[in-house]
Amino acid sequence: MAVVVSSPYLPILIFFACGIAFAALSVLGLGVVGPKKYNSAKFVAYECGIQPSPRADQGGRVPVKFYTVAMLFIIFDIESVFLFPFAVAFDSLGLFALVEMVLFVLTVFVAYVYVWRRGGLDWD
Amino acid sequence: MSLVPTLSALSSLPAEAGVGGNPVADFSDTPLWLAAVKAVAIFVYLMLQVVLVIWFERRVIGRMQQRPGPNRFGPWGIGQTLADGFKLMWKETFVPKGADTFTFLLAPIIAGAVAFVGFAIIPVGGTVNLFGHMTPLQITDAPVAVLVVLAAAGVGAYGFVLAGWSSGSTYPLLGGLRSTAQVVSYEIAMGLSLVAVFLYAGSMSTSSIVAAQRDLWFVIPAFFSFAVYVICMVGETNRLPFDLAEGEGELVGGYHTEYSGMRFAMFFLGEYVNMFTVSALATTMFLGGPAAPPGIAAIGGGVLDQGWWGLLWFTIKMWVFMWFFVWLRGSLPRTRYDQFMRFGWKFLIPATLVWVLAVAFIRGAQLSYLGENTLLATVIVVLVVAVGALVAAWNWDERRARATESEPVPDEIDPFAGGFPVPPLPGQQLREPDGGVTAGGSGSGALASSASSTPTSIPALGTTKEAHRGGSDA
Repeated sequence: MAVVVSSPYLPILIFFACGIAFAALSVLGLGVVGPKKYNSAKFVAYECGIQPSPRADQGGRVPVKFYTVAMLFIIFDIESVFLFPFAVAFDSLGLFALVEMVLFVLTVFVAYVYVWRRGGLDWD
Repeated sequence: MSLVPTLSALSSLPAEAGVGGNPVADFSDTPLWLAAVKAVAIFVYLMLQVVLVIWFERRVIGRMQQRPGPNRFGPWGIGQTLADGFKLMWKETFVPKGADTFTFLLAPIIAGAVAFVGFAIIPVGGTVNLFGHMTPLQITDAPVAVLVVLAAAGVGAYGFVLAGWSSGSTYPLLGGLRSTAQVVSYEIAMGLSLVAVFLYAGSMSTSSIVAAQRDLWFVIPAFFSFAVYVICMVGETNRLPFDLAEGEGELVGGYHTEYSGMRFAMFFLGEYVNMFTVSALATTMFLGGPAAPPGIAAIGGGVLDQGWWGLLWFTIKMWVFMWFFVWLRGSLPRTRYDQFMRFGWKFLIPATLVWVLAVAFIRGAQLSYLGENTLLATVIVVLVVAVGALVAAWNWDERRARATESEPVPDEIDPFAGGFPVPPLPGQQLREPDGGVTAGGSGSGALASSASSTPTSIPALGTTKEAHRGGSDA
């Protein structure tokens, strides 16, 4: 009797391992195949030929808009985290789930309208 | 689409409550070694298709642009991708000076490897006999299988942001940030669009979702979700018209500017594998997965609708989406970043949320939560509310557009108002030059007459501006 797959997630790991093996071989292994010719200009950050603009403290500053997007993403991602089990179990939950979900989505919409009015969704 | 067929189609959805959510596919006869064999086989299947689709894309876009496309390697140039791959292998790879070496090498591995993961839960065919075992043509399935795809898409964003950050260069940093913001924004709408499918299927397992579509593909009852998903999958894979992360005009190459050789190829590979994964998910969620198209499924009592045949139908459906990707790239220009974000946050997300609630009401009516025989009434109410909301939104948009309308474009412009000549926009006229032009004057004969009347001055040098005016008038 052969070993039957015990966990449904084990084959995903095997598949992932194929991907990692291929990518790691390409990135690390095949790096030795190509030529190696030193040229100081080659190692400078590419900026269309001009002297690269300095970045403050490695990483520099980034527009705060990206941070806002990340925060908003968390709000709505959590909302969808609640919606997924609701959708799957909807058949057995009955009218209660429907009413509850309408209230929940309305609550999130209040936050959404607030963010919209405060300009959180405008890019410029 | 008229209402009555839609209703009858809706009522053919599985109406019994409590399907359970566990996978329908039976993996009890699949030993671990067979699962590994399937994993490697599907890996090869994907890689072959990536090789094929890159050639396909370049050929089709070539045709769309009235040129042959690559046609040198092999028949119809079909070996072009392999030739490119070998060329990339022999290119020098190096780490630029400002880069964080470890992260710089990790990022392409993440981008290349994580893109595959999602495909592990996609059913690519029916149940077949492999080496004496009856096993589904699917690596694995789980009660929350679709979450694996969404999670892999989320982790894939790390590949972009780490590549951009670790390069130690300006363009990649901006490209990486853009790409991440774009992927997370469209991931929300993507996840929300799938909720309607989960509502109808009562499960997140891919094989159960395919089984629930036996009578009716979800593309019909969840048509809006399908539209949203298709838009989001283009945004999610950073493809034109949404490839703002690598807009050449503004960011050189985006997050992979500093990469070369096979390290660059990993981002390229990841993008194409991602395209296949999202197309495969669309096929599974909305187009019945490996099920034969309705007309063919009836032939011979369903003989073309089982086993290995599923692989054919699945591949064809997936390639329809690939064709769509290529078609978009050949037809549409790139959007502007603020327009893209506005569309995602201000339209897709609220509209999909409202759509999810509408589907929940319809599904509730179907399961008689709202009383007996309320399906028709619910659909009508939902339609009325939807039309009302659309009209209100449109009205509001119009009023806002009118309020923020900028000052009207003047009909006449002075081409030298800014000190240098400006060509007129459509609908604008150049203003006639004022009087008081002595040396040059205006009109076609001005230069000749001024030259003859004042022979001591050189008009072209002394009154350059006036000469230009005369010229643009003529």
